Amino acid sequence: MKAESGSSAMFVQCQGCRKTLFATEFLASHKVCGTCGHHHRLTWRERVDATFDADTFCESASTLVSHDPLNFPEYAPKYGQAQAKTGSMDSVTIGTARLEGLPVSVAVSDFHFMGGSMGSVAGEKVTLALEEAANARIPAIVFCASGGARMQEGILSLMQMAKTTAAVERCQEAGVPFIAVFTDPTMAGVLASYASVADVILSEPRALVGFAGQRVAKQAGVHKAPKDFQSAEFAMRSGMIDRIVPRKDLRPTLATLCRTLGGRLLHGAAHG
Amino acid sequence: MAKTYKEWMQPLRELEEGIANLESLAAGESGDKAAEIAETIRRFRQRRDNYIETLFSRLGPWERVLLARAEQRPYTLDYVSRIFSEFLELAGDRAAADDHAIVGGPALFQGRPVIALGHQKGRNLTERTDRNYAMAKPEGYRKAIRLFRMAERFRMPVLTFVDTPAADPGVESESRGISEAIASSMLEMVRLTVPVVSVVIGEGGSGGALGIAVANRVLMLEHSIYSVIPPEGCAAILWRAPEKGPQAAAALQLTAQTALELGVVEQVIPEPFGGAHRDYDEAAAGVRDAIALHLSQLDAMSPESLKADRYDKFRRLGSFSHQDLAAVSVTS
Repeated sequence: MKAESGSSAMFVQCQGCRKTLFATEFLASHKVCGTCGHHHRLTWRERVDATFDADTFCESASTLVSHDPLNFPEYAPKYGQAQAKTGSMDSVTIGTARLEGLPVSVAVSDFHFMGGSMGSVAGEKVTLALEEAANARIPAIVFCASGGARMQEGILSLMQMAKTTAAVERCQEAGVPFIAVFTDPTMAGVLASYASVADVILSEPRALVGFAGQRVAKQAGVHKAPKDFQSAEFAMRSGMIDRIVPRKDLRPTLATLCRTLGGRLLHGAAHG
Repeated sequence: MAKTYKEWMQPLRELEEGIANLESLAAGESGDKAAEIAETIRRFRQRRDNYIETLFSRLGPWERVLLARAEQRPYTLDYVSRIFSEFLELAGDRAAADDHAIVGGPALFQGRPVIALGHQKGRNLTERTDRNYAMAKPEGYRKAIRLFRMAERFRMPVLTFVDTPAADPGVESESRGISEAIASSMLEMVRLTVPVVSVVIGEGGSGGALGIAVANRVLMLEHSIYSVIPPEGCAAILWRAPEKGPQAAAALQLTAQTALELGVVEQVIPEPFGGAHRDYDEAAAGVRDAIALHLSQLDAMSPESLKADRYDKFRRLGSFSHQDLAAVSVTS
């Protein structure tokens, strides 16, 4: 079976090294292979559980759905299938939570919902999460997992890049830190908008991180790329991200960033 | 369906050639013969105009893509030379290079200082290579950021001209942060407290276009396109068949009219009869008048409300509502 299907089987196979792993150990390590260190993709729920204080996540705007503005071929059934498969209305889930006691505004993109693509709903939710951070004067933490803008919503998807980037400016103006965490994959329209203008950019190891998707790049005639082209390691070497952080270290790393960059916000705020 | 602009325009080109031949013939004649040729020319011109009218009355999405990309169309510098009484191009991002895919500098618009910048395409192989097909690299967006900051400092409105297939997807652009450069350019535009007007004059190609188009007013020429992804790229991803660009163009609805209906642009600027490429002066006059109109409206706003207006413009864009998951009917 595949490691991502989350059934109650006793064993799972690592998608990196193909070794057979005990399901209990695999889940306890939040789906990181104990042998090769491969970081398997998480659902938004698994991400929240792996990162924030237990039972502190409070979801908002959970009922937002797209209107299929272009009546795009095959979009409506695909959208319905993704909702049925994931139990979510769209690719991004937002809310507030606590991280080692500190209040934070959170957005988590889930690759399992149409490749985490950003259409009207994802753009609106990321914007709401950033605005909430600015208004409530708490740090914003966004987990990216996306192939880019959602083609099926055409030009409106493109506009989400400007909308979410504008919301980052609200955080900057309010003096609240915005931390982006790149997970596999963080691409195209998401990378080229709010994600790349975060105050701090962390990435999970070996996440795919890049501007032009492979099929689009090939179409545009890109050749002779280095072996680790469009990886987190390539982006790190190029100076585009701050740190590559293994999943087990994300929680304390994020907490340190909130206590330092967001330290000024904590005076008078309840936490602990 | 015509695959290329050349193929599509072949009948029109033949008519134009016929007219040109008759005109040179008429030059050497006089009297009845000359009158006869003049009459034939008149009929040919009528036929040409009828042909153009028919052609443009039923433009499909793919024809619009061909038209928006046509190398006969006026490019940014063609508008700049007609719209501004003075313009001085400034170069370089002050970090690595000067990207020729984006040009810009201070200009005078109807006597008033502005910053003008835009993507620049090339007309022959040498120019196209030099301009990298108007696919800007990180240095292009960083040059734009320099110019935006200059506009803010000297309180000059910003006018941008959008005409790019996409940002440069190459390995070097990736390693120098093409995504970061586009995002930072958008962020810089968000911060501006001066009026910003963008005009899509040809191809509005995804993030590469939007990177210089976060404006208070976004205008599109009648036959320009604005798209989240090039139709060929969309076809490559959806159907693994880049040759299905025409189908993808139809699905993406990348026309000025759709952008207007969705609230993405504020105005569609009409083009001269038969397209902007048939009369550069008339096309530029249309763009100039539209810019003047929108600038005069923006002039009434305070610096802070200009910034808020831009935020609100993009904040509104999207198509969604609230619905319970239980109410979703799943079809498979």
